[in-house]
Amino acid sequence: MRLTKDTGPPVKPVRGRGDSALTRLLESRWLGWLGLALALAAPLVIATPYALNVMTSAAIFVMLAVGLNIVVGYCGLLDLGYAAFFAVGAYTSGVLATRLDVPLLATLPAVLAVTVVAGVVIGAPTLRLRSDYLAIVTLGFGEIIRIVATNLTVTGGPSGIYGIPGLFGDATSGAAVFYYVTVLIVAVAVLLAARLGRSRIGRAWRFIREDEDAAEAMGVHTYRTKLAAYVAGAVWGGMAGVLFGAHLSAISPASFTFLQSALVVMAVVLGGMGSTPGVVIGAVVISVVPELLRDLADYRFFAFGVLLIVVMILRPQGLWPHRSRETPHTAARSKGTDHAPG
Amino acid sequence: MSQLVWNGLFVGSFYALVALGYSMVYGVIKLLNFAHGDLYMLGAFSGFAMLGALGGLVRSQSLLALLLVLVATMLVTGLAGMALERVAYRPLRGAPRLSLLITAVGASFALEYGTRAAAGADPRVYQVRLGGTTLHVLGARVTVQQLVLVAIAVALMVALHRLVTSSRQGRAMRAIALDPVAARLMGIDVDAVIARTFFLGSALAGAAGVMAGGYYGKIDFLMGFIIGLKAFTAAVIGGIGNIPGTMLGGLLLGLLESFGTDLLGGEWRDVFAFGCLILFLTVRPTGLLGERVTERV
Repeated sequence: MRLTKDTGPPVKPVRGRGDSALTRLLESRWLGWLGLALALAAPLVIATPYALNVMTSAAIFVMLAVGLNIVVGYCGLLDLGYAAFFAVGAYTSGVLATRLDVPLLATLPAVLAVTVVAGVVIGAPTLRLRSDYLAIVTLGFGEIIRIVATNLTVTGGPSGIYGIPGLFGDATSGAAVFYYVTVLIVAVAVLLAARLGRSRIGRAWRFIREDEDAAEAMGVHTYRTKLAAYVAGAVWGGMAGVLFGAHLSAISPASFTFLQSALVVMAVVLGGMGSTPGVVIGAVVISVVPELLRDLADYRFFAFGVLLIVVMILRPQGLWPHRSRETPHTAARSKGTDHAPG
Repeated sequence: MSQLVWNGLFVGSFYALVALGYSMVYGVIKLLNFAHGDLYMLGAFSGFAMLGALGGLVRSQSLLALLLVLVATMLVTGLAGMALERVAYRPLRGAPRLSLLITAVGASFALEYGTRAAAGADPRVYQVRLGGTTLHVLGARVTVQQLVLVAIAVALMVALHRLVTSSRQGRAMRAIALDPVAARLMGIDVDAVIARTFFLGSALAGAAGVMAGGYYGKIDFLMGFIIGLKAFTAAVIGGIGNIPGTMLGGLLLGLLESFGTDLLGGEWRDVFAFGCLILFLTVRPTGLLGERVTERV
């Protein structure tokens, strides 16, 4: 059946002021490639073992932040125990690699399975609750995972696991090679997360963030969708954990405290919740600044705390916010359906 | 057996004292004050500083000195709580819940690491150590000091309950909890009442901090983190926003922990407590005495 044709003049899309050059630059699709090129070129400028170490850690931290961005940024669920998934990934691969002599790459399917299960186990009972309960419960889960890792013998107790092989077996890869491999893996992870955010489920996540009841009313299965965000975040965190173990070759419960979770939250919030470039920049800043300002170590976390409050009051969208808009491509498509014969 | 019960009730009265602040603030403005545990820590540290300043009196009359310091500290942490509300939470009233939660995390961080910068990262040892005479009650070892601390906690809780249920101030708090807009229309100064609510909750947390410092002897800048989580657990078990429920929840959590520790060993204590939290949230998210709240759209 065909709808009656409207007789009035077609409504012209209202355009505000045009995009400034800066906006166009900030939303350019070449920006990602630029970032990747910068990351790949960095060792050409400075390649001391210390600098490589810092840069590799920063890259892993970027992956964590992008993963948390799926949960906090896209879906609006505050997860204060994100280090739990990081720990689950690191410990799963570490235990398999050191106790059973499985090559690290071969542990990835197991890590994937375990992190998905962990995400479901933590998410299923808590995602029906109000969002602020969720924050504290995830915090409790973070503590549970850390205490369990400290108390069990298979995880090496308080001293943790050491002698984790590199990604391609022992000693074949130097620090520079490992850095490049990490950057490439992280780049793929960032790309996947960004595309996930623009996909159908990504739109559902943002809808839930903006108004959960409206989303439910429009037919989004909010519980299942939130669980999907949670599990996706868990997988990203777990994979980052594998890289972390391979990078340091040793892990211990002390690496997975609330401080770690809070730093990831800070990276996401400062950069701009839901904005991939913002979160990447935020993560790089949060992980590199402490190395540059070693003398101020005592005041650094104090400053982070104050900064969080200030950002939330003055600029809640973050330093580099996400701008949602219809791309020309989808605009053309939705226009197309208007005129489709039906 | 009776020893386990007593230990549980003793620890539980601390939990209840801290949980009350959580619960009151939540009841009035529906905000989880994540920094609440850090006000407890602040109380312990300000008590430490004051005991240092009192000097001679501490050695001759340690319990009296501790009581003096307790009152002064309640004032200090209460004002700190008000300042926190003014700086971090009031500008965001009406903002999305996520922003408030993130601000609360920031406030917690600022308090913890601000204290660390001011007092150093190493644990401090309290000048007053309440050890002392042991009584045997029904086969449980009970020290006089424990009895005094529990008595103080109970007195504070009873006073708070009286204040909320039968004073003008308490009526205003309950009115705001029901409907802030209508309360404002009825001439209640909503901002002032919220500030006073923060004062009361923070003062109780500060009192618990001094008592914990005097009893356990060691304080450090991260001591508020775990107790904040435990207090939240207690509030959820009893029914968050409900004052008698929160007291009950604190005592119950203390008992659960005491028996759980006996069953599983001390290193699993926190896991057990948070496990209870998750169980309660799954089975009965409104808590034992909380009413079912329907979310209005």
